[in-house]
Amino acid sequence: MATDARRLPRTLHPVAWWVWAIGLAVAVNRTTNPLLLALVLAVLSFVVVNRRTDAPWARAFKYYFALGLFVIGVHVVFRTVFGSGLAPDDHILFRLPMVPMPGWYAGVQIGGPVSLEATLSAAADGLRLGTLICCIGAANALANPKRALRVLPGALYELGVAVVVSISVAPQLVESVQRVARARRLRAGRSKGLRALRSIAIPVLEDALERSLMLAAAMDSRGYGRAGPQTRSSRRLTAALMLAGMMGLCAGAYGLLDSTAPHLLGVLAIFAGAALCCGGLALGGRRVTRTQYRPDPWRVPEWAVCGCGVTTAILLYASTSFNAAALNPTFSPLHFPMLPVLPTIAILLAAIAGVAAPPPPRPSRPRVATRPVRSEAHTDEPSAAQVSV
Amino acid sequence: MIEFDRVTVTYTDAPAPVLRNVSLRIDEGELCLVVGRTGAGKSTLLGAINGLVPHFTGGALAGRVVVGGRDTSTHPPRELADIVGVVGQDPLAGFVTDVVEEELAYSMEQLAVPADVMRKRVEETLDLLGLAELRYRALHEISGGQQQRVAIGAVLTPHPRVLVLDEPTSALDPTAAEEVLAAITRLVHDLGVTVVLAEHRLERVVQYADRVVHLAGDGTVRAGAPAEMFATTTVAPPVVELGRLAGWTPLPLSVRDARRLAAPLRESIPVVAPEVVRARGGAGARRLRCRSVVVRYGDVVAVRSVDLDLAAHEVTAVMGRNGSGKSSLLWAIQGSGQRQGGVVEIDGRDPKTLSAGDARALVGLVPQTPSDLLYLETVRAELEQADAESGPTRSAPARELLDRLAPGIPDDIHPRDLSEGQRLSLVLAVQLRAAPAVVLLDEPTRGLDYEAKRALVRIVDELAAEGRAVVIATHDVEFVAAAADRVVVMAEGDIVADGPTAAVIVASPAFAPQVAKILAPLEYLTVEQVAIALEPAAR
Repeated sequence: MATDARRLPRTLHPVAWWVWAIGLAVAVNRTTNPLLLALVLAVLSFVVVNRRTDAPWARAFKYYFALGLFVIGVHVVFRTVFGSGLAPDDHILFRLPMVPMPGWYAGVQIGGPVSLEATLSAAADGLRLGTLICCIGAANALANPKRALRVLPGALYELGVAVVVSISVAPQLVESVQRVARARRLRAGRSKGLRALRSIAIPVLEDALERSLMLAAAMDSRGYGRAGPQTRSSRRLTAALMLAGMMGLCAGAYGLLDSTAPHLLGVLAIFAGAALCCGGLALGGRRVTRTQYRPDPWRVPEWAVCGCGVTTAILLYASTSFNAAALNPTFSPLHFPMLPVLPTIAILLAAIAGVAAPPPPRPSRPRVATRPVRSEAHTDEPSAAQVSV
Repeated sequence: MIEFDRVTVTYTDAPAPVLRNVSLRIDEGELCLVVGRTGAGKSTLLGAINGLVPHFTGGALAGRVVVGGRDTSTHPPRELADIVGVVGQDPLAGFVTDVVEEELAYSMEQLAVPADVMRKRVEETLDLLGLAELRYRALHEISGGQQQRVAIGAVLTPHPRVLVLDEPTSALDPTAAEEVLAAITRLVHDLGVTVVLAEHRLERVVQYADRVVHLAGDGTVRAGAPAEMFATTTVAPPVVELGRLAGWTPLPLSVRDARRLAAPLRESIPVVAPEVVRARGGAGARRLRCRSVVVRYGDVVAVRSVDLDLAAHEVTAVMGRNGSGKSSLLWAIQGSGQRQGGVVEIDGRDPKTLSAGDARALVGLVPQTPSDLLYLETVRAELEQADAESGPTRSAPARELLDRLAPGIPDDIHPRDLSEGQRLSLVLAVQLRAAPAVVLLDEPTRGLDYEAKRALVRIVDELAAEGRAVVIATHDVEFVAAAADRVVVMAEGDIVADGPTAAVIVASPAFAPQVAKILAPLEYLTVEQVAIALEPAAR
């Protein structure tokens, strides 16, 4: 019975998805091997297609994918235009006309011969960045963004509310613009340009202002921002702790992820920053007198999904030292990159999340076409995504 | 439960206080109805109950307001959220989240109700207000009546002891309004919640009230039992006006009470209702011809092959529940809205094929939110702009038109500062400046009190007298009874009834005005008709 209850459809805790995706992103950061990166994309696609809901944000993954492709393109174009030297035995694809640069600007070259090796390495670099973007996209598609915001510590609650309100107000604003634009024809305002803009903008803005006042009044009368026991000095202390902590985290992240920075410094900074942040959040959270409706539970599947992501990151990290050439292959001399065993296994581990997470709940509204539509999505999209990889 | 002790509210820059020395006691479990003309201070009185006045609105409040033992001067609205629930006129504007279930939980989250209690209360509230089917639906895609019930549910979940409702049914069709009122009365009777309610359409709520608080308009407030209060109030529903006219005591408040008193009246007045004399002229030539008009938005068919003819000197009301296609039909006739098929001809020309300026001279539309058309800083600027836009027409200057519609609106006031009725008149003047043959009004009675509605009836009469065809889309049955010659009822995009006002609305359970219900089977629609019928007898 216990296993049954665990496998019931429900949404996974959003933080678990984010940890998993960030784990993959950290792993991706360690390699430019196109085979490994393609494998990561395949894993992402598999998990997203298996475990996303029917919500609108869950459809966003393909846009991140497109953005990734765009990034690769930009990378290649830049490397082509700003050529950066040639090795003697490079294969020249074509030559662009050179732009002569003044002597004091000798470091940069515009145009000139374009080699296959440089293009490939640019594409691999771009692929790494594109895959990173897809990792974030996967987290966005899998985790309900509103639920993710609710996980924010109490001290940051206001920020979350602002985002949620703006999400729910956006459609109203669009509707208001459409209504006013349509109404404008009733008056046959002949003016164009700035005056026409004014005849739309002013009613829309007045409408928006009125609505936000009404919303503020409604939120106030429904208990938003009830004061807890907090003094001015404790508020200041919270702010100082948070600021210092954030700076520590940023420095630490830089130290850890950039391989040229000293490692120890990065680790120290990240721990110090995390500690400061936790202190600040705990202090700020003390004034919070709120609870959460239907909080997401944190159970075995959450641990499993987190574990997959973190393990992948750790394994890739560990293999950097003895497998450096396979993780970051060079393209001169030209050769086909190898597929190193340990990193491959590590990345495939991350795919377990697609099975370990409980299936997402289906909408409870009676909709006749639900099942056929879903199964179509299952067969179509992964193949399309994987083929284009 | 609620106590006002010598309360005076003065807004910044206001010449006189809105409420003057108000002392008032509302007891536990009462349904208290707040009545008064527009601008008499109803919203201020309601806002003062949970401290929005003056904490949120500004201004100065002298005296004391105590709710459930808490003084609003020391407790801002958020600290009263657990004992007072407030629902505004536009539910959509007060929603914080975007899903029904989350909206119901929001207040409880703020009040730190434990998660298991929250879950239980949300389920209970879903059942109490009949919202269980809608729990995962987005708030903007459910109907107006459902939205209003969600808004009530959302403030009900923390179990407040007082519920404050500011015009909860004014945007709803009669059936949806019944739904909401049924929910409210259930709360009063079953849960003992104290309800304070302001409403313009008294005919809908008067029978449920235990107590009436009347704002006279000069800042003074009187409270008492409904029957004695309504003998003298400045606003009254038709049933009360008929009672006053016929001299019934005690004054009836519901159709049922009035019917029991009305037997002698029914016998003393002629069977055929007298025509209300209107300076209109007889039915004129055909101004508008619609043939198989179709409007669809994607898969949704809003107007389904509608045929409609309108004659000069004729006032037509279009009725039907929310979403039945009334607005879409009006916009299709005007030419700015979508129209996928069919013919619209006004004096032989199709407004859709004309430029916006020429279309305006054929047909003028006042939309549901008239302020969408206003974008300048002063009334004068708007009127001058209207003169410039319209070019040479047969019409008088816009200022003259406005003075005829609503005399005494100063030149240099901002359009946003006008009352609902005045703003409607301003937009109507702007639209009439182009001298259109057909005038379309979409929900013009929103937010108008009885006096303003009477003024609108007079304006509509004048428009018809000038030889225009007038179409009014509305939910307001009393207004239709007083203003329209002909009623068209729409449902799901079809016209399901079309005929003279009396013939269409008298027999309808939803659309019959109170006077018709009281005097049935006689076909009287308005108090005015009864007054005319009684006159010869009095002489």
